[in-house]
Amino acid sequence: MTADMPATLTVPSPRFWARPWVRFGVRRLRRLLVSLWVLVTASFAMIHLIPGDPVRGALGPTAPADLVEARRHALGLDDPLLTQYLHYLKGLLTGDLGTSLASRLPVSGVVAQRLPATLALAVLAFLAAVVLAIPLGVVMGVLTRRGHGRRTELAFTTTGIIMATIPDFLIGVVLVYVFGIQLGWLPVAGDDTAAAYVLPVFSLAIGPAAILARIVRVEMVGVLEADFVRTARAKRLPARTVYAGHALPNAVTAALTLGGLLLSALVAGTVLVENVFAWPGLGSTIVRSILTKDYPVVQAIVLVYGVGVLITNLVVDVALALLDPRSKIRED
Amino acid sequence: MKGRWTRIVRTPLGLTATVLVVAIAALAVLGPVLWGSGADAVDTDAILSQPSAEHWAGTDNLGRDILLRVLVASRLSITLALLAIVITVVAGLLLGSAPFVLGRRPGRLVAAVVNIAVAFPGLLLALFFAVVFGVGATGAVLAIGLAGAPAFGRLTQTLVAGVAERDYVAAARTMGIGRFRILVRHVLPNIAEPLVVNATVGAGTALLSFAGLSFLGLGVQSPSYDWGRLLYDGIGTIYVNAAAALVPGAAVLLAGLAFNLFGESVAKGLGIPVGIGLRAASPARAGSASGPERTGQGEDPGDRPSDVVLDVRDLEVTVSGPSGPVRPVRGVSFDVRRGEAVGIVGESGSGKSMTALAITRLLADQGRVDASRLDLLGNDLLAPDTPARRRMLGTTLAMVFQDPMTAFNPTRRIGAQLAEVATHHQGMSRRDAMARVVDRLTAVRIPDADTRVRQYPHEFSGGMRQRAMIGMGLMGTPALIVADEPTTALDVTVQQQVLDLLTAIREADDVALILISHDVTVVGEVCDRILVMYAGRIVEDMPAADLAAARHPYTRALVDAVPDMNTDLDELLATIPGRPVDPADVPSGCAYADRCPLADARCQAEDPPLAADQADSPRHRVACWHAGEALPAQPDDQSIDELVESP
Repeated sequence: MTADMPATLTVPSPRFWARPWVRFGVRRLRRLLVSLWVLVTASFAMIHLIPGDPVRGALGPTAPADLVEARRHALGLDDPLLTQYLHYLKGLLTGDLGTSLASRLPVSGVVAQRLPATLALAVLAFLAAVVLAIPLGVVMGVLTRRGHGRRTELAFTTTGIIMATIPDFLIGVVLVYVFGIQLGWLPVAGDDTAAAYVLPVFSLAIGPAAILARIVRVEMVGVLEADFVRTARAKRLPARTVYAGHALPNAVTAALTLGGLLLSALVAGTVLVENVFAWPGLGSTIVRSILTKDYPVVQAIVLVYGVGVLITNLVVDVALALLDPRSKIRED
Repeated sequence: MKGRWTRIVRTPLGLTATVLVVAIAALAVLGPVLWGSGADAVDTDAILSQPSAEHWAGTDNLGRDILLRVLVASRLSITLALLAIVITVVAGLLLGSAPFVLGRRPGRLVAAVVNIAVAFPGLLLALFFAVVFGVGATGAVLAIGLAGAPAFGRLTQTLVAGVAERDYVAAARTMGIGRFRILVRHVLPNIAEPLVVNATVGAGTALLSFAGLSFLGLGVQSPSYDWGRLLYDGIGTIYVNAAAALVPGAAVLLAGLAFNLFGESVAKGLGIPVGIGLRAASPARAGSASGPERTGQGEDPGDRPSDVVLDVRDLEVTVSGPSGPVRPVRGVSFDVRRGEAVGIVGESGSGKSMTALAITRLLADQGRVDASRLDLLGNDLLAPDTPARRRMLGTTLAMVFQDPMTAFNPTRRIGAQLAEVATHHQGMSRRDAMARVVDRLTAVRIPDADTRVRQYPHEFSGGMRQRAMIGMGLMGTPALIVADEPTTALDVTVQQQVLDLLTAIREADDVALILISHDVTVVGEVCDRILVMYAGRIVEDMPAADLAAARHPYTRALVDAVPDMNTDLDELLATIPGRPVDPADVPSGCAYADRCPLADARCQAEDPPLAADQADSPRHRVACWHAGEALPAQPDDQSIDELVESP
């Protein structure tokens, strides 16, 4: 009996680790780290999965054997695999992404130079999609709420499906043709002026906006049937307060879950759109590097895109947890 | 099975998609045969020419006809996309069924890897694999195929897990059949349909992705050409001949859309029976313009006492049903005085909740409200909505709904939801409004109100939420509280607290109360007056004290159906035989006649008016030709229709 006493007395308060927010944070962080490790390992493995010798591939069949050997040595490719892996990890931690085979410049410099243009494009496109989609979805939801606007709903849904199916680079081609060539209103290449942003941003934003607007509409229609909307009406609030203040936040939480997926797809979508508009970002660089077999650059850019996706997913999860007071408790 | 598939073709969208897919397949087969030589014919006289009668979409930099090349390219484009989707399906099936076949531990590892991979966009995965497998058509097929695998694998995994729970799989397992065999024999055939549908949609996506890779120069390499490659060449010459980029673009889009739409209409056709789906979605909007029909129910008292809070005359609600307009409320007249508690009882479908929503003007889209008079404190509620009237209603009329679990907005704090009334209608500052909220929540007996205001609805218990709902109504200075089944969704122990609270508020501030319930005892306990509704009309209006001396056979049946201390529990509970009237099909005579033991020919023919039939109790009105007559002895075989309100 007495032997048990100290144990019961010295039990530390488990409260901190039991708190929902702490548990949510730990769980989310663990997932991020595991994903990050998988990503880093995959990007390391990429260069070794390529059939044949990547250096020979990059330098061409006519390159002298001693040059290939020297380059292999410089890249550390003749070390044991584990040594290379540890070397790669160490490099990443110190911001060293290797050296470009083509330009002999540090890859980190190339990424730093190209990243801002891509980031600007992705962020602006996401904002444009949200700004277009949420008001549109809300208005459509109100117009097509139960018993209203069957035709409007059909027209909206059909247009939405078609818009969402068109790949962003095709939208880009059409926009170039209409606004750049036929009308001559907007520049079709580069990022030198603010006007040059318009077409690439819209090429990227239209598809996600169409999907998002559809989801917001469906959610709105559902939420408008909810009891708490009737409560809000019973408080005799003006219609816009009922829609924007009570219905919208509930409709948007579900939309945001998918918005996160759209955002990470948008990060990758920049690759194609950048190539339509000769945008000086990572997307045009990675394609050129793949074609010239400049693997260290490709490896680094894949890594950067992947990290971008992981950060996006993290931000969305946290935003969801903040927006929906029940989410942190509901999660498993 | 066959019927379900043919139904897809019968919808306009499904038919269009099917025709398109068939046409594209035919083009892929015949295109190179018919135009193969024409597409490769070099015409040095017409290099990079604009669209013309000879070359409808112009020519490329070798003078080859763009349109013919687009038609011929269909075979390669479609073939590559189909090869890619086959790889996706095979790899996805392996990944998705691995957890089932491998068992717990290795299965979880595979599932975890799939979960991580699926978080990355397909295009990024495709680029990764394109690097590994090298630039060119073969590399691109492998890249796009494998890039789709995680998503398809996850889908398979979910579907497999769903079927694996079923009894026949468990039975097969106990018989010692191997997991792989179970998978092939029992699991896969049951999830084949959704997998096929998703593979079809996936084929469209693969086609578009392939065009993307070729457009980047990473896919098909010259001299071969698919649509993406033609687009890549065309965009270089877009200033000279825009058709060189637009025509292959349109081809890609059309084919991609066709596969996607085909997949989606197949999904729709297999998932939801089309006939029912359309009906369920059809609007429930108020139809017909027929005005309020005078049913002659009750005489207008003429002299309206000045303490009347609510005055309702000839209230009707019309909603549209599957076969024309339906009137769930058919001419209801009553008034409620200051401080008076009026109960409305009736079975579900009797129109009592509709009446509550109609008099509070909360029916919105569900139906049309007509009445010869609908006044709250002398304000005409039938007049169009104005900010001034909203303020009046927001502060003088309080609502309490049935289900406190859903009546609060889950994303907002309780305090903010109550404070809204004060900030919107009473011009209070946020701080003042919050102080008022704490005060009101304390008034409805919520402990620690000052910390509770910062909590969300899900942190409140059901009874506490209902009290907070009442507190919301007390934010203003209510003259009338309309409570629609306020205790039905609550635990029995909490019900009494809520009723006591309503009574206390009524007595303290002289607030009128309309209490709607299917429970005649609750109403008898709380209210001064009871209105009994049946099939959209009031059939009896009496002082609560007269409940034991009810005169309408329906009311008497309601009272008899309540078990009391003397009820012999070994016997079946008394119930009212027969079914409530369908609002879509109300008989011309007394609506209760079919269930009434006293009914005769007159009851079947003529609807009795609601009138006081006894000189000594003018406040007791009843709509019955046989009011108060002795009921015949109950037969032994009682039906077991239940008097239970469905929420």
